Amino acid sequence: MTPDNPSRAGLSPASEAELGALIAERFATCQPLRITGGGTRVETGHLPGDTLSTAAISGVVTYEPGEMTLIARAGTPLDEIQAMLAAEGQALAFEPADMRGVLGQGGTPTIGGVVAANASGPRRLLAGACRDHLLGVRFVDGQGRVLKNGGRVMKNVTGLDLGKLLCGAHGTLGVLTEVALKTLPHLPDRCTLGFHGVTVEEAVAIFSAALATPFEVSGAAFRDGSAWLRIEGLGPQLGYRRDRLLALLAPREAELLDDAATVDLWRELRDLAHFAGADAPLWRVLVKPSDAPATARALQALGGEASLDWGGGLVWYCGPGSPQAVRQVALHATLVRRGGLTGPAFPPEAPAVARLSAGLRQRFDPAGILNSGLMDR
Amino acid sequence: MSGIAMPRPDAGILARAPQIVAALREVLPEDAVIWDPEETRAYECDALTAYRCPPLAVVLPRTTAEVAAAMRICHEMRVPVVPRGAGTSLAGGALPTADSVIIATLRLREVLEIDTQNRFIRVQTGVTNLSVSAELEPQGFFYAPDPSSQLACTIAGNIAMNSGGAHCLKYGVTTNNLMGATVVLPTGEVVELGGPEMGPTGLDLMGLLCGSEGQLGIVTEATLRILPRPEGARPVLIGFDGAEVAGECVARIIRSGVLPVAIEYMDDVCLRAVEAFAHAGYPDCAAVLIVEVEGSPAEIDHQIARIREIADALNPVEFRESRNADEAMAIWKGRKSAFGAMGRLGDYICLDGTVPVGQLPYTLKMIGELSRQHGLEVANVFHAGDGNMHPLILFNANKPGDLERAEAFGNDILRLCVDVGGCLTGEHGVGIEKRDLMTKQYDGPDLEIQMAVKDAFDPRWLLNPAKVFPLDASQPWREEAAAR
Ligand SMILES: Cc1cc2nc3c(=O)[nH]c(=O)nc-3n(C[C@H](O)[C@H](O)[C@H](O)COP(=O)(O)OP(=O)(O)OC[C@H]3O[C@@H](n4cnc5c(N)ncnc54)[C@H](O)[C@@H]3O)c2cc1C
Ligand SMILES: Cc1cc2nc3c(=O)[nH]c(=O)nc-3n(C[C@H](O)[C@H](O)[C@H](O)COP(=O)(O)OP(=O)(O)OC[C@H]3O[C@@H](n4cnc5c(N)ncnc54)[C@H](O)[C@@H]3O)c2cc1C
Repeated sequence: MTPDNPSRAGLSPASEAELGALIAERFATCQPLRITGGGTRVETGHLPGDTLSTAAISGVVTYEPGEMTLIARAGTPLDEIQAMLAAEGQALAFEPADMRGVLGQGGTPTIGGVVAANASGPRRLLAGACRDHLLGVRFVDGQGRVLKNGGRVMKNVTGLDLGKLLCGAHGTLGVLTEVALKTLPHLPDRCTLGFHGVTVEEAVAIFSAALATPFEVSGAAFRDGSAWLRIEGLGPQLGYRRDRLLALLAPREAELLDDAATVDLWRELRDLAHFAGADAPLWRVLVKPSDAPATARALQALGGEASLDWGGGLVWYCGPGSPQAVRQVALHATLVRRGGLTGPAFPPEAPAVARLSAGLRQRFDPAGILNSGLMDR
Repeated sequence: MSGIAMPRPDAGILARAPQIVAALREVLPEDAVIWDPEETRAYECDALTAYRCPPLAVVLPRTTAEVAAAMRICHEMRVPVVPRGAGTSLAGGALPTADSVIIATLRLREVLEIDTQNRFIRVQTGVTNLSVSAELEPQGFFYAPDPSSQLACTIAGNIAMNSGGAHCLKYGVTTNNLMGATVVLPTGEVVELGGPEMGPTGLDLMGLLCGSEGQLGIVTEATLRILPRPEGARPVLIGFDGAEVAGECVARIIRSGVLPVAIEYMDDVCLRAVEAFAHAGYPDCAAVLIVEVEGSPAEIDHQIARIREIADALNPVEFRESRNADEAMAIWKGRKSAFGAMGRLGDYICLDGTVPVGQLPYTLKMIGELSRQHGLEVANVFHAGDGNMHPLILFNANKPGDLERAEAFGNDILRLCVDVGGCLTGEHGVGIEKRDLMTKQYDGPDLEIQMAVKDAFDPRWLLNPAKVFPLDASQPWREEAAAR
């Protein structure tokens, strides 16, 4: 990785129209751009070109709690949005993480960055990912065209769903300027069951048993020999669900965390507090939950630690394993904190899929100026 | 035949019909290729029956490899392909052209894998929606999207249309429950998108595929997310003397934090038709809501108490709780027979626009006004929780000009949906029906980028011709494709 180039220009258009004009000009001259929202991530530091920040394209456009919809410009700080929703007893159900701690970065996460990364925390298990809550987008493509797709309503199958494509494209297909998201009521009561001194195999067995019940477990994570289940509910739901789960998992003993402790614990788990402060490479690995124990053990054999989220569907690995070794263990591994490693951060795609992706990139960004090479090199 | 134009069939392709059929027969089993006009007629339309056109031939493969073989031939011979499931599309999404080959995935009917530990099922896409949940019942799981056509419609069609159902208020539509797909590209190449992991790590091509109405590829296998069955479910019925308060009640329930699985709405026209047909014992009032909640008996009681509190503040004409399975069935009976009951009143077109929930009262009022202007009656029965409206326009198919009037009325309603911040279609898809209205919702460049996506998957523009994109907008793309 080449260190960030201090001589590169910093561009910060104040409106969508300005952004469109700027990209159109860059398209005409084939000059690459490196896109940042809040810049809480280091992943684009090695990319060529001037830095394009969306920070000035900011502000909530509309928030309708009764319709559970929020429309915000891409540069709006995530904190601002979360505070606004909390005041109405609502939240972004996909629970995006704040990875500043683990990435050792400053900056302010933006809603555009969250959508561009399809950032989704522990509650994805129950509520779906960011992409499942995205109702519509406005964006500027690599030719500088200002485009829209989707809308602001919950059900919409009008034409191709380009929101899905932009969400998780990490800025490689277009620069988001505005996103419409579904919000959900924040359930008032929560608790956590903690199972201590368990192996990774036992943890996944606990998760699978709990997730086969209708009790809507909204978090299932494992770290340092402890498996955690989060339960949420309305009124009598909480106690009922807790008791049923305890009975199901008996005779295992569980520690019970109250509401406040639950909030703290899941914030830590979400933000990977256990891997903060270190600078070893950090990998995000997607597996079938039943494959998680073997994957975690194989990764740990390379040195370092692994933790689980999403009932085992997500393995975080922090350790010195080489990219080749990690990718040998796990096909779907993304390098989130480089820790000195070079090479592609994203896993390679099957040839036929890679061809389709390349075809799409060619049409969205014909000059290859948007975060060029970030995902496919 | 009525207002929606289809492109003139390619005489060159029609002339080569025998060679095309022979080439298909060479790679497919004898019974998998149909071109006898007596038999192809069965495929001349989907559930938008006003539009009909028998295809050149119909291919009924049993495996992904057979689909791929048929696709390869159509690609080489430059023959348009219309993918088809069960043909229940209400938008003309599976309508053939005379120069097209239908590739139907109907016979790909195997359940490949049920994995309750990892919470997915893998099926061939010709299985019906209902059979997937039936398959999962012994394990205590279900597949959430439940279109009312679930007895007949296939997972293939559900994926292509991103179908929804009564339960999607809580569980989402097809795209939220689809984990992976095996897709045959127009060249015949087979790709795997997604899978049992909670991806994606690259571009979300599967998300793009879902709802693409057969424009990008043919889906032959799917990995679907499955959920544990709830302990129980119970509906309540709430009657109001005005559409406006009913709409307000929906918004307040949504906001309260109670998350019902379904909130269904029926207006007075519909209520009267349903009463006459099914004798469901519904109150005679302006609007009825059916709200269903799930959980254990105590959880259900609690949620219903909350809903009652919200409704009471709005002076309902009636609040009816179901105390047992029979009473629950009675509440649902009228809603479930609504489409049949409306059929008794005459012919109807079923629309499918979505509006922001807060705009429901205004939209309903305006639909009433449009109904007077067009001189045609309309009934409203729909999924209110997510603003997905299904106005049913009543007309007489035997009366010359009536269908055209109904279509014009329908177009006005869909324009209204867009004007209040909604969209043309919530779950039925664009097909041919709403194709020419796309310019109402999207500007030129918005459509251009969608067509560019289609172009990346289908550079010869052979898949499902004349659907989704207005013909004049797609013409330059199609001409360029023909020259390639
Ligand atoms: C590989 C990877 C894995 C991640 N995994 C998780 C996870 O599992 N859970 C989780 O909660 N969060 C995850 N994140 C989310 C991430 O850490 C931030 O929460 C999020 O990106 C918002 O931060 P930001 O505004 O500072 O974005 P930045 O750090 O500025 O940008 C993040 C990425 O998005 C692009 N981008 C930013 N703004 C825009 C825009 N307006 N239009 C187009 N592209 C834009 C950038 O080019 C960059 O590629 C992940 C991110 C990455 C890159
Ligand atoms: C009485 C009735 C009630 C309905 N209720 C609902 C409802 O509640 N919710 C809802 O969302 N819809 C509903 N519909 C609409 C319809 O049932 C859905 O759109 C359904 O998903 C279509 O499935 P199908 O198998 O019949 O597909 P078809 O009608 O055969 O095809 C639908 C579309 O999918 C494409 N397609 C088919 N197979 C494939 C394939 N293998 N690969 C790629 N593309 C393919 C076709 O080209 C076409 O564009 C209803 C229809 C009827 C008649």
